[in-house]
Amino acid sequence: MSSIRSSLAGARGLGSAKSGTGHFWAQRVSAIALVPLTLWFVACLASQFGASYSSVTNWLSSPFQASLLAIYLAAIFYHSQLGLQTIIEDYVHMEAAKIGALISLQLINILLAVSAIVSVLMILVGAA
Amino acid sequence: MAEFRLPKNSRISKGKRYPAPKDAKNTKTFRIYRWEPEAGENPRVDSYTLDLDRCGPMVLDALIKIKNEIDPTLAFRRSCREGICGSCAFNIDGKNTLACITRIEDTDGDVRIYPLPHMPIVKDLVPDLTHFYAQLESIEPWIKTDSPAPTRERLQTPEDRAKLDGFYECILCACCSTACPSYWWNPERYLGPAVLLQAYRWIVDSRDEATGDRLDELEDPFKLYRCHTIMNCTSTCPKGLNPAKAIAETKKLMVERRG
Repeated sequence: MSSIRSSLAGARGLGSAKSGTGHFWAQRVSAIALVPLTLWFVACLASQFGASYSSVTNWLSSPFQASLLAIYLAAIFYHSQLGLQTIIEDYVHMEAAKIGALISLQLINILLAVSAIVSVLMILVGAA
Repeated sequence: MAEFRLPKNSRISKGKRYPAPKDAKNTKTFRIYRWEPEAGENPRVDSYTLDLDRCGPMVLDALIKIKNEIDPTLAFRRSCREGICGSCAFNIDGKNTLACITRIEDTDGDVRIYPLPHMPIVKDLVPDLTHFYAQLESIEPWIKTDSPAPTRERLQTPEDRAKLDGFYECILCACCSTACPSYWWNPERYLGPAVLLQAYRWIVDSRDEATGDRLDELEDPFKLYRCHTIMNCTSTCPKGLNPAKAIAETKKLMVERRG
């Protein structure tokens, strides 16, 4: 710590961001939501294992199943966004690289989430 | 980026060997990290083989014997030799602990003694703890009140006093913080388990009137939320304390005050 600044100034840094609890809570809530949703999804996969294309799309045309699948996809990509953001903040220390990685991560997650949910909607309305 | 290999000037080379006296029957070898800032050389590991029949029972006794009788250039911190001052914290056989309360007979094979991990080194086993102490100072570890000072002690129920158990005993040896991977990667901004335990010790103190301000200061993605519940802190604490619990309780209070 060879600096002519006082060590206390270094420890205080830019002070508290007064945030972080929202991220922490959202990560827990999405994790808890993913437990029953994943069980439901695995059960669905098992029930449709080896079924024909029309059988699967027919099953997905139920508004209830389609809604659950859309929520499941939203929860997955939200949770992945929160978790990967933490990993980047942990390990990437160059400020420019960190901000670039965080922005790309967010855009990629939004793109994947929206395209996955749109696919579910297309099956629901019979467009696929 | 995180560094997974030591920089060139930190890689450890083989050092000197100091054999046991010829008449020794009960011997033990201590492999100790050595680095001198003035020498301009890489760190090395010196081996000292001692006659345990002429040495005290603890690892600290061995270090003191080496310094007194074999190699006075060895530098390390020690003071109370009974586990209350926190000075003789080293990485012994891969685990951060206090040399004064680690029995030599409980170690297996050669005893490897290194300084606390991932800290700047002053010399040999002496890490630079300046930033660690500054982080402690930054959480203002003293009672803060606005009410007029009472004419006698500040009262506390036995139940409220019991809430400090497991936290007030911390001796600030830095074993936990320097065992924490999150603290290794982000020591500038993450406060680390020892300092967060100290912060919680004041948050949970019923006599303190600055609880909200203390939580405000900790509510930060780095100061507090770099804790990923790795639990190295709790597993390594030589006093048997649980810094991970203090951090978890702090996070619970953060959630509780939101609504």
